[in-house]
Amino acid sequence: MEHHQSKSFPISHVIGFVVSLVLTFAAAGIALKTNLSFKVIMWIIGSLAVIQAGMQLFMFMHLREGEHGKTNLINMIYAVFMVIVIVVGSIWVLTSGHASH
Amino acid sequence: MSAKVDTSLPLEYQTEQDRMNILGFWVFLGAEIVLFATLFGVYGVLYERFAGGPTHKDIFVIKDVMIQTVLLLTSSFTMGIAIFEMRRHNLKGLITWLVITLALGAGFLFMEINEFIHYAHEGATMQTSAFLSSLFVLLGTHGAHVTLGIGWATMVIIQLLKRGLTPTTARKTFIIGLYWHFLDVVWIFIFTFVYLKGLVA
Repeated sequence: MEHHQSKSFPISHVIGFVVSLVLTFAAAGIALKTNLSFKVIMWIIGSLAVIQAGMQLFMFMHLREGEHGKTNLINMIYAVFMVIVIVVGSIWVLTSGHASH
Repeated sequence: MSAKVDTSLPLEYQTEQDRMNILGFWVFLGAEIVLFATLFGVYGVLYERFAGGPTHKDIFVIKDVMIQTVLLLTSSFTMGIAIFEMRRHNLKGLITWLVITLALGAGFLFMEINEFIHYAHEGATMQTSAFLSSLFVLLGTHGAHVTLGIGWATMVIIQLLKRGLTPTTARKTFIIGLYWHFLDVVWIFIFTFVYLKGLVA
């Protein structure tokens, strides 16, 4: 609950915005201007996306603020777990040959 | 229900009811994340099923995608500034930044609608291939959320103008703020795993 109206400059928002822009253009640069393999590029830009999303959760959305901060965090961790199960699970099952008869 | 008011907290957290509403909205966002995960899953499976139709490289225009990305990211930032102003009890600043946020959101939506028209002109429609079906469903669901967000935020602005800053209007503003940030978080993954991925391979 440290966020109060006394602060006169939204420093965490500005940092979050600048870092988000840097990560966005870095991902575009790596994807479009380098000759790395598809797999390496996807791992790098995928990681940059996760970093940017995580940063926005804390710096823009105040994830851990308030008396339910811990509940919010557990809720988001569970959501991320569900995303991995659904996305990675679907792609794995449907493209790795298990379904090819 | 709203008997105890803790005035040491920001307006939107002052009553138990408002705190519960904000918690409930986080739970809703958890469900929204799973909804988008299903669409990303489908796209991830079907993204190379072109059925003889256009491929990613035939239709994606990186410059337009970058403009859309910057518009939405900036709108997420200005929404953060709006909430910051709300915490300083600056109603005028809050409304000003909300209007800027919606203008940027409308700009994003304008770009996306143009993008869809451009795709359709190139013969890339929902019926063309599995790739395009899953692409349009994913992008369309996100775009529909942005559209809904613009309508919702407009109504919140009207309430702010009529009723001023109260714990209730502050809580409503905070929740539309969370929703708007969430739309940008989803876009990061669309940008990375749809557009950039499509233009790499």
